[in-house]
Amino acid sequence: MRGIIKSSIARKVAMALSGLFLVVFLAQHFTINITSVISPNTFNEWSHFMGTNVLVQAVLQPILIFGVVFHFVMGFILEYQNRKARGDVGYSIFRGSANSSWFSRNMLISGIVILLFLGLHFYDFWIPEITTKYIEGDMSGMHNGEFRYYEETVEKFANDPYRTGLYVLAFVFLIFHLLHGFSSAFQSVGFNNKYSKALKTFTKAFAIVIPLGFAFIAIFHFVTHL
Amino acid sequence: MKLTLKIWRQEDANAKGRFETYNIDGIEGDMSFLEMLDVLNDGLVREGKEPVEFDHDCREGICGTCSLQINGEPHGPDRRITTCQLHMRRFNDGDTIVIEPFRARAFPIVKDLIVDRSAFDRIQQAGGFVSVNTSGNTIDANSTPIEKEKADMSFDAATCIGCGACVAACKNASAMLFTSAKVSQFALLPQGEVEASERVMHMVDQMDKEGFGNCTNTGACEIECPKGISLENIARMNREYLSASVAE
Repeated sequence: MRGIIKSSIARKVAMALSGLFLVVFLAQHFTINITSVISPNTFNEWSHFMGTNVLVQAVLQPILIFGVVFHFVMGFILEYQNRKARGDVGYSIFRGSANSSWFSRNMLISGIVILLFLGLHFYDFWIPEITTKYIEGDMSGMHNGEFRYYEETVEKFANDPYRTGLYVLAFVFLIFHLLHGFSSAFQSVGFNNKYSKALKTFTKAFAIVIPLGFAFIAIFHFVTHL
Repeated sequence: MKLTLKIWRQEDANAKGRFETYNIDGIEGDMSFLEMLDVLNDGLVREGKEPVEFDHDCREGICGTCSLQINGEPHGPDRRITTCQLHMRRFNDGDTIVIEPFRARAFPIVKDLIVDRSAFDRIQQAGGFVSVNTSGNTIDANSTPIEKEKADMSFDAATCIGCGACVAACKNASAMLFTSAKVSQFALLPQGEVEASERVMHMVDQMDKEGFGNCTNTGACEIECPKGISLENIARMNREYLSASVAE
């Protein structure tokens, strides 16, 4: 097991597995969020379940936070090591566009934008939620006799073109990140066979559809509350 | 054909390098890139100047010695060829060509355009072989049946000439394509299975010690490889390494 902890392949696999875990989380997050467009009642019920269920709050949430932090920290460590590996003098001309996609070469940029977005997203939703539940001790999920989740979500985007714009921008960078990252994770864990082409098509579709779906939700709540 | 060449000049490993510009005339389209450099050096020697040092040996695309970064790409703009197979007809009269050495911490510059790629030799020595008793009872390799598909994949991996273009093209200076090709060519054969676990562990360990970067699957190595070594080899190496690590 010594090698698996210290080696470049282990780091690569760790990045892949944490990335795949976050992709699963994205799919779950999207599934709940899209109900805010279709059925506010369903959104309220599912949000309340996720926000108060002991397994979700005490087990899955810490794992998720660890996964996010691990993915970012490991990403920065790998970037540092990779830049060092080029040597003290870099190329005067490096035609990366001749042999690879912009998305694959700039995961750091898309990752940093997503990290900044997470700061805003936590400020908007996660910190108020934690404050209400665990500092003020209100686990009811109610406000003025009704579930508060839908109203709180809508309130963030209604009449706020700047916040809506920032969310949409972040989702565009999420597309960039996933376009390379999702399919790349399978290659990292050693999955490259006759099914890889079909898998790549699926990962690319996911990389575009899910972030666009998130952007649609933000724009929907902004437009319907003008 | 008249050309302007911007070439990296560096006295030795410790010297500070710089680009020097040379104007060259009379270059024919049928000349290879290395022959163009021969013409340049002939002129420099006649002028009493130091010729540009560059690596070359077979000049037919199989030795992997000629390693030049040409206008930002290893072995120049064409695909599936080495620098010696690049012809000057690929360029236009009046072009400026920037020629640099392959750059990686693990490939220190020896002089001008020559880099020390002995890191690849050490990776190979760490496990890129099959231990065979040669005391007189050597079994003919052909006596072991091997399915055609695996034999072909092994041969494809074995066509890696160790030129270093994968490292040069990778934004992370990663050597995983090279190492994975050398792991795969043996791992796919029954003769190589016996030492498969030790081989992959030792070779990856040596690759990391040499200071190459981490693979981020950009695929640049596969595109720039003069022999078309596939990324499938990296996936195979990852699988081999993970199973060997867990079993260790």
